Parts: sequence; C-alpha cells; structure tokens
Amino acid sequence: MNAVTRYSTPAVVLHWLVALLIFAAFPLGVYMHELPLSPDKLKLYSYHKWIGITVLVLAALRLGWRMTHTPPALPAGMAAWQRHASAIVHGLLYLLMIAIPLSGWLMSSAKGFQTVWFGVLPLPDLVGKDRDLGEWLAGVHKALNFTLLALVILHVGAALQHHFIERQPFLQRMGWGRKGRT
Amino acid sequence: MKAMILTLLAVLATPAAHAVEYRTVLPKQSTIHFEFRQMGVPVKGGFKRFSTDMAFDPARPEAAHAKIEIDLASIDAGSSEADDESAGKLWFDRGAYPKAIFVARQVRALGNNRYEMRGTLTLKGRSREMVVPVTYTPGKNAASFDGGFVLKRLDFGIGEGMWADVATVANEVRVTFRIAASGN
Repeated sequence: MNAVTRYSTPAVVLHWLVALLIFAAFPLGVYMHELPLSPDKLKLYSYHKWIGITVLVLAALRLGWRMTHTPPALPAGMAAWQRHASAIVHGLLYLLMIAIPLSGWLMSSAKGFQTVWFGVLPLPDLVGKDRDLGEWLAGVHKALNFTLLALVILHVGAALQHHFIERQPFLQRMGWGRKGRT
Repeated sequence: MKAMILTLLAVLATPAAHAVEYRTVLPKQSTIHFEFRQMGVPVKGGFKRFSTDMAFDPARPEAAHAKIEIDLASIDAGSSEADDESAGKLWFDRGAYPKAIFVARQVRALGNNRYEMRGTLTLKGRSREMVVPVTYTPGKNAASFDGGFVLKRLDFGIGEGMWADVATVANEVRVTFRIAASGN
C-alpha cells in the first residue's frame, strides 16, 4: 500500500513560511512596545504589522488549501485522545493565525494608525479611532499571542515526542522529502 | 434738504455701506488640522487652542490682515506618546518656543471668492514666507475662511537629530484650517 505520509508541498512551504514569520513577529512585538519613541520604534512597529498582515494572507491561503486537501493520515497506533488533541490544537492554531493579525490590525486602527502593508498598500480601518477600544484590543492581542505561544510549545513538543520518544516516523510529515517516502 | 439727499445717495452708493468687515473670530467653529506621513501611514493631528486676530472686508481684500497664534501645548499629534514627544527640544522645543505664529502681510483676490494670502510663519524661532490659498464662504451670520498649505518641517527644525530622517517621518506636513468669523 502506498500510504501518503507527507503533507503536499504547498502545505509544507506555507507551514514553514508562516512558522518563520511568527517566530520573527512574536519577539519583535514583545521587544518593540517597551521602547521609548524613536524612528527605530516606528520602523519596528511597521515591520511587525507588515509581517502580521503577511501571516494573515498566508494563513487564509493555508486554510483554503487545508479545506480542499486531505492531510496524511496519522500513524495507525496513535491513541484516540491524541487524535482528538491533535485536531483541537491544529484547529486552534489556524484560528489564532487568523485572529492574531486581525486583532493587531484592528488595534492599530483603534489607536489611530492605519496599517499600510509594506508602506504601499493601505488597509481599510475597520474600526474608528477609539482610545479605550485600542487599549482593550492590545490586551486581546497579547492574550491571544501568549495562548499561541503555549499551543506552539505543545505542537512542537507533540511532534518531537511522536518522532523521538514513540519512535514513529513523524517529522517527515512536514519535511521536504518526496511524497510517500519515509 | 438737498444736501441731506445727496449725503444719503452718497452713503447708498458706497459699496462699503453694504459690505461686512469680518473681525470677530468664532473659536468654536474654527479649526486647525495637519496631516503627515509616518512610515507611509497618514497621521492626522491638530491644535485645539489658537487665537486669531483678523479683519477682512470682501470689498477691500487688499486691506485685510490676520494674525494667528497657536498654542503648541494644545497639540494632538495622533497619540499621547507623540504629543509628549513633540514638546521636546528635537521637535517644537516648547519650553523656549510655546507658540506658532502666522502673520498675513498681503491678500490678493483671485476671483470666485478665492484669495491668495501671503505671510510669514514663525515656528521654533525660524520664519518662512508662505503662500496660502484661502476660500471665502459667506454665510448668514458668519463667514468661513478655508485654506491649506504644505510646509516642510525641516525648514523650521521640527524633528531634528534622529528624527531628521524623512523616510520615517515625512518632511511634508499638510496644514488645513477653517477660520469662522462674524461681522459684528
């Protein structure tokens, strides 16, 4: 039987691209907001927003791809609770990949700063300038991000656990190898 | 009797008899806003407190004069962080220069209720000549004067040192105003 054990190439490329961008945007966000006002701070804020909107676009693409393509089956020996946990965590990761950039975009608008993607493409302000709403959205953005951090730790931990502790070939699912090769 | 009629005719014939001279500025209906770009993002701001001393008679625009004094402490620079920053030495240096002052020296009619106002803008101890187009809109009880111009902040040393990089904060600042005044 020729079982598929790897996600399709577009899914793999999108996964790692989004992972890379999140690993850049997260520490940037933590670092930049404590800085005193300076041109560098303004630049970092813009870079952070540009990365975030890029994640939003790629996450939407991923979601579309995921809904139209069947992922490789999980290893046969995996416990039912692990399958359920996997489905829930993946679902939440998708949700956060959309919700976090969206909350940042809305926060930016509420704080009175339009998001202009790469300094070129202005995104519409979906909410007007509103100080309280801006503060609230900042809290939401932060809470969602630390939830994401926890889920990413779980996600990476589970993948490594399956591969190295349960000794099931697992990491190749998101690897660069050819389809079906283990 | 004849003299009286002549006087009456003379008064009626003088355009000034019907013209209104706008001298009393209505602060609540007057605004000064500005807009600049920061990392390509348009940022809006304004000044809440300013005083205007003016006289404008549409029949004699060349005799018009205006002086606007803006309290820089009343700034809205887009965020409270930017409001605080704007007071510093690199920006307005508000401790030493608390006001921006515009004095109109010459007003020229362009026709169709449009005028060209030439004057001097003084900011942070530096003065620059400005040419400002103004549209006059007569109303029932008051008239409004709308105008706008683009200034280069670096001409006035606004945003020096690390802020002089115009790729982050653009040099051009678009200023728009509406001054409402009544003739009483």
